[in-house]
Amino acid sequence: MGTSVFYVVATLSIIFSLMVIFAKNPIHSVLYLIVTFFTFTVHYVLLNAQFLAVVNFIVYMGAIMVLFLFVLMLLNLNKENEPNKSAFVKILGVIAGGCLAVTLVGSFKAVAINSPMVLKNPNLGLVKNLGKELFGPFMLPFELCSILLLAAMVGAVLLTKKEEKANG
Amino acid sequence: MDINFVIEKFALVTALFAISLVIAMYSTYAERKVAAFLQDRLGPDRAGPFGILQPLADGVKMFMKEEIIPGNASKWLFMVGPGLAMLCACIGTAVIPWGQDLNIGGRVVPLQVTDINVGVLYIFGVVSLGVYGVMIGGWASNNKYSLLSAIRAASQNISYEIAMGLSIIALLLVTNSLSLKEIVEQQHGFGWNVWVQPLGFLIFMVCSFAETNRAPFDLPECETELIGGYHTEYSSMKLGFYLFAEYINMFVSSAVMATLYFGGYNYPFMDTVAGLSWVTPNLAAIFGTLAFFLKIFAFIFFFMWVRWTIPRFRYDQLMNLGWKVLIPLAIANIVITGIVIAVIKF
Repeated sequence: MGTSVFYVVATLSIIFSLMVIFAKNPIHSVLYLIVTFFTFTVHYVLLNAQFLAVVNFIVYMGAIMVLFLFVLMLLNLNKENEPNKSAFVKILGVIAGGCLAVTLVGSFKAVAINSPMVLKNPNLGLVKNLGKELFGPFMLPFELCSILLLAAMVGAVLLTKKEEKANG
Repeated sequence: MDINFVIEKFALVTALFAISLVIAMYSTYAERKVAAFLQDRLGPDRAGPFGILQPLADGVKMFMKEEIIPGNASKWLFMVGPGLAMLCACIGTAVIPWGQDLNIGGRVVPLQVTDINVGVLYIFGVVSLGVYGVMIGGWASNNKYSLLSAIRAASQNISYEIAMGLSIIALLLVTNSLSLKEIVEQQHGFGWNVWVQPLGFLIFMVCSFAETNRAPFDLPECETELIGGYHTEYSSMKLGFYLFAEYINMFVSSAVMATLYFGGYNYPFMDTVAGLSWVTPNLAAIFGTLAFFLKIFAFIFFFMWVRWTIPRFRYDQLMNLGWKVLIPLAIANIVITGIVIAVIKF
């Protein structure tokens, strides 16, 4: 049951990810991305990672994608004002994408050798266990991540302040 | 899978859906009656005694009206918008515990569709998803007023979600659980969370008003600036869906507030009532559910009371309130709660 659901959802993830790229309209593209994130949420549920699933749901689908949609609606992008990309840029894009693909394949090959973390303790994804894990052995990396986010936030605020000074 | 389990869940889901719809239907009637009462008018009183058939008449009217899809609208998304609004409004009821377990023929039937152990976060997720219906509908209409309204809805929703999340964090420090069922069980009798988290409740309530787009935060449908807001181009039952979704949202957020802060199905002296000789455990559970619905109706009335009393905010006032008042207050609330809990434990 679990495996067949996984294959169905994984197929959907791939289809919708492709739709993100192939959609002509940027708004449609973002909407497909939202559906893709929803399929990821289902994947997390299948892995018994309830907390991760619901956080993915709230943060990615509920907040970040709303902001994406918000910005795109403000920009009012359409076909007419889409910049024409030269052949040179297209070739560069293909090369860069190919490099990324090679790196990803390489890293996934390395992962396949180690058995996945989830299998060792299937209840790791529940809130209580995840919290104990994060604030126990992974305390330092966790706090460092939050400092990183804080730095990004301060940076963003600083950028808007600079703009204000230049204008005024 | 047990067939009885499937039947009981199916019955519960159907009943919840029907109850949500009926309550939403009669909320439209109640809103007009409350408005009339507050403005010293009579309100609807033609269809049936006291006008209680008015919602049916309105429903028929909605179905009978001509359905118009604007020529340049994105047709598919134009139809998805109201459907999504309705869907997001309805799925919130799944994790709310509606009463104590019933005992039917030796089977324990919980009055909750599912008790996932991240129930609070699920509600939060559904709330944050609710804005897509408005955004997609507003954008697909290809009307600048609808688009402005969609953008307003998005920024308002995002801003107030933060304060809402922070107020929930303070509550979670007290309850130590994310499961709604457990949170309700902890508030047995009169030990409601609102006594320990009054500020948190206030912030949560203000944010609920903003998230459901109710006055004084109904800027996305501010008719003096935006004609009809995101549903300017909508007609017939698609418009009906948007209006209906608002009332279902109001019902669900009332239920969430009653669950998190006002003890859910707990009521004072419930042990005394359950101890009476003629009260069977099932009957006691039903009394609890009735008490819960009483609380929900009180909140719905409060929503309406505020709408017909307080004028709409200006947009900058809305943003200032969200970012400069509610978020700092919510953070202060978390810090104070944390210190108090640490001192008590020490």
